[in-house]
Amino acid sequence: MSVSFALLGLLENGPRHGYDLKRSYDDAFGRDRSLHYGQVYSTMARLLKNGLVEVELEPGDGPDRKRYAITDAGITDIEAWIGRPEKPEPYLQSTLYTKVVLALMTGRDASEVLDTQRAEHLRLMREMTHRKAQGDLADELICDHVLFHLEADLRWLELTTDRLDRLAAQIRR
Amino acid sequence: MTEQTLLTAENLHLTFGETKALDGASLHVRAGEVVALMGPSGSGKSTLLHCLAGIMAPESGRVVYDGRDLTAMSDTERSTLRRGEFGFVFQFGQLVPELTCRENVALPLRLSGVGRREAHRTATSWLERLDVADVADKRPGQASGGQGQRVAVARALVTQPRVVFADEPTGALDSLNGELVMKMFIAAARETGAAVVLVTHEPRVAAYSNREAVVRDGRVREQEFAR
Ligand SMILES: Nc1ncnc2c1ncn2[C@@H]1O[C@H](COP(=O)(O)OP(=O)(O)O)[C@@H](O)[C@H]1O
Ligand SMILES: [Mg+2]
Repeated sequence: MSVSFALLGLLENGPRHGYDLKRSYDDAFGRDRSLHYGQVYSTMARLLKNGLVEVELEPGDGPDRKRYAITDAGITDIEAWIGRPEKPEPYLQSTLYTKVVLALMTGRDASEVLDTQRAEHLRLMREMTHRKAQGDLADELICDHVLFHLEADLRWLELTTDRLDRLAAQIRR
Repeated sequence: MTEQTLLTAENLHLTFGETKALDGASLHVRAGEVVALMGPSGSGKSTLLHCLAGIMAPESGRVVYDGRDLTAMSDTERSTLRRGEFGFVFQFGQLVPELTCRENVALPLRLSGVGRREAHRTATSWLERLDVADVADKRPGQASGGQGQRVAVARALVTQPRVVFADEPTGALDSLNGELVMKMFIAAARETGAAVVLVTHEPRVAAYSNREAVVRDGRVREQEFAR
């Protein structure tokens, strides 16, 4: 899911060929999960069908005559995705990381992405705190478990916010 | 948001030497709400709280409480306002060590002219409410850290202030005692209808608020009002 948004986001700074997209993806997000070409082309096919990208054909033949370009609908989609907080749940980091990196690449406010997420986490922490106050000991223990996990995520969000300048510099390289 | 706004900071600036402690900070606090001021250490949270409470004066910008401009008042007017309308809870060190816990809680009432018997009666009921009646006749030094902070909360609330300013009130406590303090503090504040400005870097403490405002580099990013 976040792969297709990532690929879409990579097109925002200009049209690209499939192989170019794969390379940029691997550079930015592929640390331990580089993409297959097949995944790139199948994702592009789906985005094309949904009108989020369009194809510019170049003369000649072979698979790489196609250059993909993001459409206005695609930009609207990526904008909404980056701005929308994720539901706080485990293993969120890779999606958030993708959003932050894309925001930095496309000149959006990455700290706002993190702050929006942070607000969402804190909202759930409030809910748990409130529920804890109403319930019995079992509720309290369950809520505390959730609270500790949310708190760990929040610390990561805070730390990432503090390191945004470094991350931006690294991406620009 | 303006119709219920009780306390406002508008575009505050304050520098210490080279350090811009506040660099255009603005905040709105509505009557009865609990606002958590979060953000990294050194970002200006305490300085903002001190300006909001009229303890410090900003170099520029305004602080308006209930329609009155704090920054335009005389020192006397400001301290009268603080004594009558505001309460304070700090991390530690706010209780007078030579007085008993009851006398400490009674002190703000005595200072505003309430008789000794009446002040002590009210203090006792506040100590009971925060479940620290057993330390009423002890000195703060003989109470535990968590008990001491609950006594401090009682002292902050005893005058029924409209705003309580709390700067890292659980900062020196373990998490269990911190939670107990927060639970009782916020419940009591809500009952009396006091607004709370709560500085904390701990998310679990901030989770007792209605909403948070994040302070970074002397500026505030306010989040949406919670429902
Ligand atoms: N009295 C002071 N003299 C000099 N510098 C100060 C003083 N008070 C605060 N500062 C500086 O102003 C900045 C903000 O401080 P503060 O408001 O205490 O931050 P926070 O409470 O968020 O940790 C920090 O860099 C701090 O070192
Ligand atoms: Mg501070």
